[in-house]
Amino acid sequence: MEIMFVLIGISLVFAIGFLAAFIYSVKSGQFDDDYTPSVRILFDNKVNPSSHKKQNTCK
Amino acid sequence: MKIGQATEATVCYHCGTPCDGHLIAHSKTFCCNGCKTVYEILDSNNLTEFYDLNAGAGTSFKNAGPKKRYEYLDDEVVQRQLIRFSNGNTCRVILTIPAIHCTSCIFLLENLYRIVHGIESSKVHFTKREAHITFDKRKISLRDVVEKLTAIGYEPNIQLDSLNEQKTNFFLRRYYIKIGVAFFAFGNIMLLSFPEYLGLDAITESPFRKIFGYINFVLALPIVLYCASEFFSSAYHALKRKSLNMDVPIALGILAMFFRSSYEIFSYTGAGYFDTLAGLILFMLIGRFFQNKTYEALSFEREYQSYFPVAVTLKNNDKEQQIPLIKLRVGDRILVRNMELIPADAVLLSKNANIDYSFVTGEATPVFRKNGDTIYAGGKQIGGAVEMEVIKEVSQSYLTQLWNDAAFGKQAKENITTLASKVSRWFTPAILLIAIGALLYWLPTDAARAWNAFTSVLIIACPCALALSSPFTLGNVMRLLGRRKIFLKDAITVEKLDQVTAVVFDKTGTLTNTKNAKIEFVNDEGMLAELHAEELKLVKSLVYHSSHPLSKKVNDLLQQVPRYETENFVEADGRGIEGWIAEHHVKAGSKKYIYGENYPGVNAESDFRHASKVYVSIDGEVKGFFLIKNEYRKGFGSLMKTLAEHVSVYVLSGDNDAEKNFLKQYIPAENLVFNQSPSGKLNFIRSLQDQGKQVMMVGDGLNDAGALKQADVGLVISDDANNFSPACDVILDASQFEHLNGLLNATHKGMGVIKVSFGISLLYNCFGLWMAVTGTMSPIFAAILMPISSITIITFTTLASGWRLGRNSLE
Repeated sequence: MEIMFVLIGISLVFAIGFLAAFIYSVKSGQFDDDYTPSVRILFDNKVNPSSHKKQNTCK
Repeated sequence: MKIGQATEATVCYHCGTPCDGHLIAHSKTFCCNGCKTVYEILDSNNLTEFYDLNAGAGTSFKNAGPKKRYEYLDDEVVQRQLIRFSNGNTCRVILTIPAIHCTSCIFLLENLYRIVHGIESSKVHFTKREAHITFDKRKISLRDVVEKLTAIGYEPNIQLDSLNEQKTNFFLRRYYIKIGVAFFAFGNIMLLSFPEYLGLDAITESPFRKIFGYINFVLALPIVLYCASEFFSSAYHALKRKSLNMDVPIALGILAMFFRSSYEIFSYTGAGYFDTLAGLILFMLIGRFFQNKTYEALSFEREYQSYFPVAVTLKNNDKEQQIPLIKLRVGDRILVRNMELIPADAVLLSKNANIDYSFVTGEATPVFRKNGDTIYAGGKQIGGAVEMEVIKEVSQSYLTQLWNDAAFGKQAKENITTLASKVSRWFTPAILLIAIGALLYWLPTDAARAWNAFTSVLIIACPCALALSSPFTLGNVMRLLGRRKIFLKDAITVEKLDQVTAVVFDKTGTLTNTKNAKIEFVNDEGMLAELHAEELKLVKSLVYHSSHPLSKKVNDLLQQVPRYETENFVEADGRGIEGWIAEHHVKAGSKKYIYGENYPGVNAESDFRHASKVYVSIDGEVKGFFLIKNEYRKGFGSLMKTLAEHVSVYVLSGDNDAEKNFLKQYIPAENLVFNQSPSGKLNFIRSLQDQGKQVMMVGDGLNDAGALKQADVGLVISDDANNFSPACDVILDASQFEHLNGLLNATHKGMGVIKVSFGISLLYNCFGLWMAVTGTMSPIFAAILMPISSITIITFTTLASGWRLGRNSLE
């Protein structure tokens, strides 16, 4: 039954890892806006700024 | 066209407003060139999904005002205040764009990089109506970004005091993290406490018990030290002020639990109460979080800086230059154009000017000023551009002086004693008495049992349920009111509203609706009549060109009437207008202007002030006048009656007393006060408060700002939530005006729910105390009682407040 200690130990480490990930995501601002992301995924033309080419620009 | 259908209504493809269909391009109809241009921009960049998401979602350019000037955005000082983040050549700016209203807006604004060269990316925060735009400052300037946004219909609202949003973000984030940590600890502690619950002796006798105990202790540390820190600091501050609030017994309970459990763990005498501790703190944090609901798109804290423009046009020896308002100095010559705000007290240099002070003083008609007159800040110039010389600094002007009043220095009106703090005043001493009583009772017989009883009482009496009643009920009431377009600044406003005994109304704009005035035509025999169609066309052609508010009202009335071309249009500022239309000489204006100085009766003018008159003459023949009456808001009469049944009602106005006779029917004459300056209003509120009344001020304009701040509750009636409104506690949408009494009733009902909920939680407490004083309370008992009581309270308050406030509109 000593294996229990190891198991509990590992599960706590995992749990702490998840907590750390949660704290990181809150601090990076992912939870500041909970409405717009739900709308964003419904657009057909996926926004992809990194691969955009120089388009017709308005003058 | 189908049979039975009238003419097909044509709407603009871009903005959806009805139009006459003569402008057609790309096989689509548009109402104006502005809309057509935006369509072409979207089309050429493959962004027509904009219209697929929501038809006609564009901002209409049809009635767009004069082009705004953004030269001040080139100024370094201004840029530094607006640009949030700058890394080499990449700049990030957060712009508030009130025009954001649907998913199409999100789509378009997040695809900005395709339309505007130089913008790298942009992200929309819908609930806050914000766009976070990242751009390369080598390729495009801040000013260009703003101008391009305006060109596609998304004009940003530039304020220099917009740096307070940062606070809400951090505030919420802190709560998320605290709740996350609390939940983590709670879950794991409960898991490790399972052997206790299930009474598994095989496990509890072995080394597991010790190890689990130690792990529980370690897990409980962050909860007590980090998550519960705000309870401790709040209790400490209350004790320092020699008062008691709900957090004092909570802090006591937490400490009792923590120390007793630590003792039990380290002396192997028990399993401790860490699971109850963690659960309790978790529930209370959730309660606090729930109560802190705010309306992110609205601003309850607007100071005068957001009313004044960000920049002014400086005249430097005939050269015009835009400078930020903060750089304005005494002696500067400034140019104020049509519809622009006068930013500081100044002396008029031009021949004359027409200033609209309605937002400041409540006077509905514009004030006519001549060369050399002093013009106070806050008014809007109507008509041509005028020059003036600044005589006082912006912060020293007649209007902003108001903000120096003591009323604005007060941080929070601390005279409100919440129901919860009233209860805790006797609750804490009672608990301490019972605890000490139990201790002294058992001490002679069994010392261990005595300490057991003492700490048990503190633990079980920890008013978790009690502390949850207020936040959940108030938070729920706030949400339910918000759905009915009544927005409260915070939860405590509900309690303040419950205690209101006097309601003071501003007149112009609050009781009256300045947008929908009633217009009737009275002919020269003094009877209501109609002008002939031809005459209407002539009048319309004339008033169309004038920017005077009265001309605009007549123009709105005659919106459908077609017009002719006007020649020799002359606007004699403030007095009247005239022109030649289709071979007729048409004049419109004040009685003096139309009849001439020498007409008998012109000087003995008893102009109805609550109604304005626009006289009309065609070819020298006076036809009569348009009578424009301010309309009182819908439900005004019945609202005054129902309010008078349980509060005192007053009306304060910056206008003159012309309407006294009308208002006397609803409100006793001694409660009507006219000709009030902004500081006069503030002092009136003070005098009522000195009489011991709890005052709610209902206003809408800058002239009410002082009164709104001084009152116990400040309520603003808003026709459009995006427009400026002074700092207040409640924003009421104008359509809900008739339900003002219903608002007060709703708060009474909400407080009633809280009282019942207190009763229920006290019952739980008594039941638990009965067990605790025997000194035999087990951890399991606490672990069961506490969640049950909490969940009962949460469910009860949510259901009861929802039921009491009703599904339909407030009555």
